[in-house]
This record gives sequence, structure tokens and C-alpha cells, in this order.
Amino acid sequence: MAKSQIELKVNGKNVEALVEPRTLLIHFLRDQLNLTGPHIGCETSHCGACTVDLDGKSVKSCTIFAVQANGADIRTIEGIANADGTLHAIQEGFREMHGLQCGFCTPGMITRAYRLLQENKNPSEEEIRFGISGNLCRCTGYQNIVRAIQFAAAKLNGAPFQEAAE
Amino acid sequence: MIPAAFTYHRPKSIQEAVALLAKLGDNGRALAGGHSLIPMMKLRLAAPGNLVDLAGIGELKGVRADGNDIVIGAMTTQHELIESNLLADKIPLLRETSLQIADPQVRYLGTLGGNVANGDPGNDMPAVMMCLGASYNVTGKNGERRIAARDFYQGAYLTALETGEVLTGVRIPTPAAGHGWAYEKLKRKVGDYATAAAAVILTMKGGKVESCSIGLTNVADTPLWAQEAERILTGSTLDAATIKRAVAAAEAITSPASDARGPGQYRTKMAGVMLTRALDRAKSRVRGQGSE
Repeated sequence: MAKSQIELKVNGKNVEALVEPRTLLIHFLRDQLNLTGPHIGCETSHCGACTVDLDGKSVKSCTIFAVQANGADIRTIEGIANADGTLHAIQEGFREMHGLQCGFCTPGMITRAYRLLQENKNPSEEEIRFGISGNLCRCTGYQNIVRAIQFAAAKLNGAPFQEAAE
Repeated sequence: MIPAAFTYHRPKSIQEAVALLAKLGDNGRALAGGHSLIPMMKLRLAAPGNLVDLAGIGELKGVRADGNDIVIGAMTTQHELIESNLLADKIPLLRETSLQIADPQVRYLGTLGGNVANGDPGNDMPAVMMCLGASYNVTGKNGERRIAARDFYQGAYLTALETGEVLTGVRIPTPAAGHGWAYEKLKRKVGDYATAAAAVILTMKGGKVESCSIGLTNVADTPLWAQEAERILTGSTLDAATIKRAVAAAEAITSPASDARGPGQYRTKMAGVMLTRALDRAKSRVRGQGSE
């Protein structure tokens, strides 16, 4: 099958590549660009481990073909940290609040939280839970993931982080 | 999970897409948001030789008012429906429904056109479109035609859409100002299809139901338009006895499969429960002279 030429931006860098039309974006990112941060979890668009940011949308990269992303601007977990190499506030939140245990869902969670906080700078706990409902975590029970995102929102807003009363 | 090989096409206009699909016949499929088709292709339940991606066709996007109707382009995503101020104002039922479809990531890409054209009885928008009395704009090589949502669904994955035709948009008569609405959906978890769901649009006058429209999701091979229940409710005060009769009439037209979501009998009863709740909530939202 003839390959298609695609040009896109990934984590700020221009990328040109040849892809088979049937190549899923997650396989393109992991196998051709060696960006193994986005994970392959369920492969059935349920778990969200493969979430990447594409043109301002959180998408499950297992359910879109690389050719569909021709011309897109993509950010993966590898492109989340600050330009000076320090952790992004969301990454810092996950570390400070113990937002991960095994870590498998974490790249998808952080990438999803990144877009959520772009759209809603000060989400309520309910809005956070609704916003990450497309990402599954089998370790934490989500409590600390929610706290991590609350921590990040406070930091990005320049406000002190206050834990909700138990 | 790697789909079978296919050739990818990205037309720039509806005419170009229709010409391609006409030429390709059964060997071509239109690709909208891809969140039904791509999972099917990964499971090799679908293996089209050609995909015609509609994403490059700008005229398929957007929500606009046209006289007394609202027209929504087929490639408008669920996320865009949720964000639309025009819809929040004129047809809040759509926002309420979209928020219950799949999850945030899927809603960024999943489209209204794909949801209604796919013919999957699990999709939520078809019953909502029946409830709203919507019609679908369809373009094929012989030109355009309009099909009422209430006439569109023939069986599971079987619709009035013919090979080579593209559903380009949805036209919805704007419900009366002050109407009540609700979409009640029972699902096991986020991202699940409905065990049963009910859509209701309601107008009231002098404490009585002036008009009422009801659609049911995933309790038959097709979405259902519950006309008999509507007839029973119209003119009533939505008293408990009338609601009970209407719910029984709605349950009577269901024929759900027994599956992982429960036995068929249970799903029929849940359709009734969803309808009861939807009527209650729609009534509480009626504004203007209809409200008490």
C-alpha cells in the first residue's frame, strides 16, 4: 500500500514522515518518532493512556490515523515540561501529591489535565473528575490525581494550594 | 491492533467526496470523527478498501440559525455542540445529551453526523433527533434530499442512507421558547452505551401538556419514537396515573436485547424509569405561561 507523506509539528519541532494510511497515531509517535511517553493501554479508546494534545484537543492517539494528523500541532508528555527543563506545575503536582503509583496512566493523565487547565483555570473537584473521566487509573483510586491537578491549578494561578477539608 | 490496509482520500468539497464515494461504491466508507469506525476497523469488523475523510470539508462544520430552524454541519463535534451558545440557548437538550456521550477525548473528535448516520442503536443522538423532529440533509450523485430522522432508521446499522450518499447536516425545528427538556441515560460507567435512555421535549399551557415528544435509545434495533406515549400525555396535567399509562405505552414498543447491560425485561423497565425521570425533569424546566 502506498505511503502518504505527512508534515506536522510535534512538541514544537517540525516533522516530515512517510506513513501507511492504516498507521495509528500512537504507533507513529512511539515507533517512528520514539516518543514512548504516550502509552498503549486498552487499544479500544477507553483507558486514555495514549492521550496526546492535538490542535488544542485531548485525543486518544489509538483512535486516529497518523494521516489524519497531517498539518496538526501535537504535544505529548515529552513536551509538557517547562522550556528550562523544570517540571510543569502539573508534573510537580503529581510528584508532590503522590498522583501516581505504577505510573502507567500518568502521561495520559497529565496530558489530559494540561488541556483541562487550559480550558478551565480553576476547576472544581467535580469538574476535574468529569474532565479526566476518559482516563482510567487502576492504582490510586483517583484521590491523589485530583489533588495533584488542584495543586497545579493553584500554582498556575499563583494561589496557595489549600486541601479541601476531609 | 492494526486495521486492514486502505487508501486514504481527503476531499476538499462535498461534491468531490460524493463523486469519490459514488465511484468507490461498497469499497469506500466516509470517515467522520472515526470513533465508531476506527475501533471497528481495528477489530477487523470493518475493512473498507478506501476511507474518504470528511475533515477537510469546511462547509460541513458549524452551528447556525436558519429562519425557525437550527442547522448543524455533520462534522460538528460533540465538544463543539457543548460549547455552542446558540444551542445552549435554543436547544439545551443537545448539550445535555452530548455531555453524556462517551468521554472528553472522544467528544473532541466524535461528530454529530457520525453519531446519527452510523445506525448503531447505542448512539444517543438518533433518538434525540427523533424527539426533536429533525431531518437530515443528504447528498448523493443525484443531488440533495432530506430525510426525516423518524424515517431514517431501519435496523441495526441499517439506515435510509444509500451507498455513495453523505449525510451533510442536521436541520432541527427550534423548540418553542420556554419548553422543558431532558435526556435521562442509565449507563454502567463513563463511556458506556445506554442500558436505556429517554429524551423528552415538553411544552405546557395552563398547567396542561400542550405538546410532548419522546425518543428512546438502545432498547430496540433502532431508536424509537414513542408516539402513543406522547398522545396519552398531551392534554394531561402530568398526573401520576397518566404518566404510568404513558410509560406502559412506551415500554410496550421496546424490544431490547439481553446482553451485558442486563436482561431485556430489565432494560425495558429501565426505559420506563428513564422516561419517568425525563418527564419529571422536563416539567421542572418549563418556563413562561406553562409553568405553575
